[in-house]
Amino acid sequence: MEYEAVIGMEVHVEINTKSKVFCACSTHFSAPANTNVCPICLGMPGVLPVLNREMVNKSVAAGLALNCTISRWSKLDRKNYFYPDMAKNYQISQYDLPLCSNGHLDIEVDGQPKSIGITRAHMEEDTARNTHTLGGGQSGVDFNRSGVPLLEIVTEPDLRSAQDAYAYLTALKQILQYLDVSDCNMEEGSLRAEANISVRPKGASVFGTKTEVKNVASFSGVMKAIEYEIKRQVELIESGGAVEQETRGWDPDRGITFTQRKKESAHDYRYFPEPDLVPVVVDAAWEQRIRESLPELPLPRKHRFMEQYGLSDYDANVLTGTQAMADYFEAAVQADADAKKTANWIMGDLQALLTEAKADISACNVTPACLAEMIRMINDNTISGKIAKEVLAEMFVSGKSPKQIVEEKGLVQITDASAIEGIVRQVLADNPQQVEQFKAGKDRVVGFLVGQVMKASRGKANPEKVNEILRNELAK
Amino acid sequence: MTAWHEKTAHEIRNAVRARHVSAAEVAESYLNRIAAVDPKVDSYTQVWADFARAQAARVDEKIARGEDAGRLAGVPIGIKEVICTKQGHTTCSSRILEGYQSPHDATIIRKLEAEGAVFLGKLNMDEFAMGSSTENSAIKTTRNPWNLRCVPGGSSGGSAAAVAADLCAFSLGSDTGGSIRQPACLCGCVGIKPTYGRVSRYGLVAFASSLDQIGPLTKDVEDAALALNVLCGKDAMDATSANLPVPDFTQALTGDIRGLRIGMPVECFTESLGAEMREKVLSAIEVLKGQGAEVVEVSLPTLDYALAVYYIICTAEASANLARFDGVRYGFRHPAAGDVREMYVKTKTAAFGPEVRRRIMLGTYVLSSGYYDAYYLKAQKVRRLIKEDFDRAFTKCDIIVTPTSPTPAFEFGAKTADPLEMYLSDIYTISTNLATLPGISVPCGLCASGLPAGVQFMAKPFDEATLLRVAHCYEKNSGITLGKAPIA
Ligand SMILES: [Zn+2]
Repeated sequence: MEYEAVIGMEVHVEINTKSKVFCACSTHFSAPANTNVCPICLGMPGVLPVLNREMVNKSVAAGLALNCTISRWSKLDRKNYFYPDMAKNYQISQYDLPLCSNGHLDIEVDGQPKSIGITRAHMEEDTARNTHTLGGGQSGVDFNRSGVPLLEIVTEPDLRSAQDAYAYLTALKQILQYLDVSDCNMEEGSLRAEANISVRPKGASVFGTKTEVKNVASFSGVMKAIEYEIKRQVELIESGGAVEQETRGWDPDRGITFTQRKKESAHDYRYFPEPDLVPVVVDAAWEQRIRESLPELPLPRKHRFMEQYGLSDYDANVLTGTQAMADYFEAAVQADADAKKTANWIMGDLQALLTEAKADISACNVTPACLAEMIRMINDNTISGKIAKEVLAEMFVSGKSPKQIVEEKGLVQITDASAIEGIVRQVLADNPQQVEQFKAGKDRVVGFLVGQVMKASRGKANPEKVNEILRNELAK
Repeated sequence: MTAWHEKTAHEIRNAVRARHVSAAEVAESYLNRIAAVDPKVDSYTQVWADFARAQAARVDEKIARGEDAGRLAGVPIGIKEVICTKQGHTTCSSRILEGYQSPHDATIIRKLEAEGAVFLGKLNMDEFAMGSSTENSAIKTTRNPWNLRCVPGGSSGGSAAAVAADLCAFSLGSDTGGSIRQPACLCGCVGIKPTYGRVSRYGLVAFASSLDQIGPLTKDVEDAALALNVLCGKDAMDATSANLPVPDFTQALTGDIRGLRIGMPVECFTESLGAEMREKVLSAIEVLKGQGAEVVEVSLPTLDYALAVYYIICTAEASANLARFDGVRYGFRHPAAGDVREMYVKTKTAAFGPEVRRRIMLGTYVLSSGYYDAYYLKAQKVRRLIKEDFDRAFTKCDIIVTPTSPTPAFEFGAKTADPLEMYLSDIYTISTNLATLPGISVPCGLCASGLPAGVQFMAKPFDEATLLRVAHCYEKNSGITLGKAPIA
């Protein structure tokens, strides 16, 4: 029998506000343990939470980018459970009235468009972090993370494969980074993804029993865990077994999922409205202000790049990978450079330099205007493409303009025919053997001779002119 | 001349500012009084003698330098154990917070200190403000200064007893269902619960967040107005505090209540109210009539449900608010726990008293899956109906008058065996909390037993000015002076 997988994702992203969601502490939790804490995020007696307005702004921005309806009136709720990483033994979250709901995210999987329903996106606070490495049977709790703002984004069960999930996560991360609402760094825990996975006979309308896979540390890990889980569930059913509803972990070393918690021990969280906070009221004007401040999002921008600049799907995809990259590209093009050549230079030599220097394009010494100027210098034959590589490397280090570098180093291309003729004659005189071979019909030696001329001109001679003059001289 | 500890806060403040007496002298008078009398009353859990002397000295220095020493210059006050102070301990009269030192002051503590108040120490209460007799304190038993065999009421029993026995000029209490007004009534002093949101709750250890409100217990209505002038106002640290201007409440005490409409809820004057209490409250209403107020009958038909609604909402909120006392970060931790779960269970079982445990369990139950709709959600709906009842009544009147407590103070142990009987002590006070209204209890005479009775006035939300005007007018014209509590 043929099966299809039904997958929904729950993603927690840390919103990159400066201060925590309910107190004034810094959100930097990589600081020494328990240094970014105060009575509020420690849950001391007598303290009260006050909602960070910037958290609402950023959450609404994310909601709008995910095509959600923004609630005019929403509230926060207490989610009750006991755990040492919970300062108050309840988490302030949103239960039945989330800030954002009923949205969708358009993704592309293998070039095919697909729309993933977003059930809801709601605000909540992060928990502290437990450590069990203190020795002597002691455990420690670091409250730096306690109260860091989180947005939980839940999809409809619209994903059908590990590739869908990967594409969704990538698109989501890209959007949230474009909006500057989250770093989405999975290694640092600022993005955490859980997948609800079930399988059913292809074409069936009812869902199979789902399992929830948690604690995966990378997008590729999520993809592998889903692939494994689909295979496991199908094999289980094929062999006459039944899938049990449970939470499963992912072991990246063994490449398997494993049981973490059975359904029987599921919590009753006893949600109720948080009486210490007032309702969150986002009026139409507030929503509109945020809507107007939204940047152009990755997917529409990609399509515009293809249309406006005639870029390939692949090139447009790479260039819209990050907002900084896309902005850089457009700035260079607007500084009067050829779009396709600009794309090639950014994706080729410039990216190589960036990768080697482990730098981001947003902090690049080469300004878009300088890159554009360099490309124009190639076009008008001031420098050759080969010289340009040298010039770019120098720009990358010093930040000087290409014009300055070319002047300082005397790299201007030689196009003057008489100057090139002089070099050609000298090269022919120095290589009589190759001239003989040419005359004997060995056309291939032309390449060697061109190379010698270029070398003699230190790369500055215009290669086309060299070719032309060389053939003329040989024909004499 | 009367001793300084017998004077009101405004008398002390005026005398200190006019240099008729030093803040140090006043503080000393109170500290001596505490040393002499509190062993009988047991209202204080901690006395901060040196701290109070240092604060008084600072006030005197300011005055010597000719600076403004504040609206409460040199006024010695006592603080309920549930309010966070960096000084001393903040225990909520619970074993679970034994020795707990708060890292922060409540917002109102800072405000009071800035206005020159002198802190004498902290006052006993029912554990986590749960109770109506202060018998639920894990620290000590506080006695009623009018009859030491009787309870002072609760939960702010220490705060009420201290004011009644002249152990402070005024005290701070907290009121979730009557915890300021009922003990004020039982001890013969004035107690006001401001409108929910009037006073910052930052630093008040939460019992039921949607009901809790800090307020003063005072020797007279003018002191209540004076205290509210300092206590009220928006606090950026409390999202539920109201961003409304705070009038000078002492200016509201004009003595003129002509044309004001006084509403008598028919439901509060039925047969179930004892004859003595009924007669006292009715004669209070006659006093107001005599001052030119108009008396109208109003109806609060949902009042019957107030007690049930209250005990669902307050326990639900308490079950979450008290979850943080788990032995992980501060307070008591049971020493003999093998794992985390056992640590929670043993810690909470050992360190919470029976009433607190009862309410946590009740609150956990009403929020549980399958019961939430039937209890918590329904209670929230009825709470709205109760509020609407009051809104309707206030279209016909400006002030509502009821008894504060169905009975005067009772003997120790009289109601401890039956929690429901104890809960009925707050039958007249809890609806103001549910409807987020301001309410005040003013003494209205002594019962035949020699114990004080109190009348309660309630006003529209944020209309403390009218509330104080009526209470003050009644106080001045009732012809009643309780005199001093015998402390015997
Ligand atoms: Zn904090």
